[in-house]
Amino acid sequence: MTEKKELWRWTESRWTSPDIDWKGKLITSGVDVGSVSSQAVILADGELYAFSNMRTGSNSPDSAINAINWAMEETGLTLEDIAYTVGTGYGRVNVPFSQRAITEIACHARGGNHMYGPTVRTILDMGGQDCKAIHCDEKGKVTNFLMNDKCAAGTGRGMEVFADLLGVSINDIGDLSLDIDEEPPPVSSTCVVYAKTEATGLLREGWPTNKVLAAYSSAMAHRIITLLERIGIEEDFAITGGIAKNRGVITRLEKEVGIPIMKTDYDTQIAGALGAALFAKALKEKGK
Amino acid sequence: MIANYGYKDGSGEYFITIDTDKCNGCRDCVSACPGRVLDVGPDENDPLSDDEVVFVTDEERKKIKYTCAPCKPRDDRPPLPCMAACEPGAISHSW
Repeated sequence: MTEKKELWRWTESRWTSPDIDWKGKLITSGVDVGSVSSQAVILADGELYAFSNMRTGSNSPDSAINAINWAMEETGLTLEDIAYTVGTGYGRVNVPFSQRAITEIACHARGGNHMYGPTVRTILDMGGQDCKAIHCDEKGKVTNFLMNDKCAAGTGRGMEVFADLLGVSINDIGDLSLDIDEEPPPVSSTCVVYAKTEATGLLREGWPTNKVLAAYSSAMAHRIITLLERIGIEEDFAITGGIAKNRGVITRLEKEVGIPIMKTDYDTQIAGALGAALFAKALKEKGK
Repeated sequence: MIANYGYKDGSGEYFITIDTDKCNGCRDCVSACPGRVLDVGPDENDPLSDDEVVFVTDEERKKIKYTCAPCKPRDDRPPLPCMAACEPGAISHSW
């Protein structure tokens, strides 16, 4: 019997900076336990030293511990070496070794400011199960925000469902959806359940996989724009979260809003945990 | 900070918007709201600040369409109690 491939499964990763020796430095960490993925970021004197990015399990405390342990692998660090930890994300109150929990809105603004620089004014976090639009100032302080977590339409979870339905690896979805001659009309609903039904119908009509993906990706981009409309987009404009890696959605979004989307070398999924780790440093230094 | 609490679903947009720079944390809106939608406490989205501001409670954020409905009759709508109670004018509703 052959094993069934898990096409929705995105690549988990970890990283350690080869240039930093943490000894004698202030070590702080941020752990973002999201609905789909969990990240841990470790800073040495405020500089990115190590991170991990993995799938959230059914148990938030375990996911937090797994994430930090994986981030600490190869570093020689133990939990005792970390001076302050901030938890964020859906499971933020369930990070057992943290000193404080901070909302993902505040953490994404702070992390996005660090990743994209002080010119970023609008951060759109496209996560596993929700979507947040945030305005921030040059220091990464939130000035306006809107969160939609009542409905998972147009989120990473929806993309996972589509990867599974169409038999395409989630890592290839973005490029594949751009591999078309003509942009098809978007599917009429981004609700994951309805969109899946509609896509099944399109496949039955003989639509190729890439065309169905294109139709879903453009519906997704459109939905996100209606959300953004409420708070507006101020430049510079950046996206964090897993969907920022999906070229199919990002390209369509960029085209529709007519504003360039900033690029970064950072893993966009660590923005929340990075912000949390930066807050941990600030709180430690303030003695809070 | 402009804080938008609420959601958008198939039936429309339901957001309570709070301008935390205007809010003085007096709690007048908290006692005025019959649905217990509002509360005052540290600003969870500005963790380095010590000021207390009003926010929509966690329990109510995803159902304000229904909790706020009794204050929003279709005809002859009186001023909303929360907005009328707020002297600095920090609260507004999107619907």
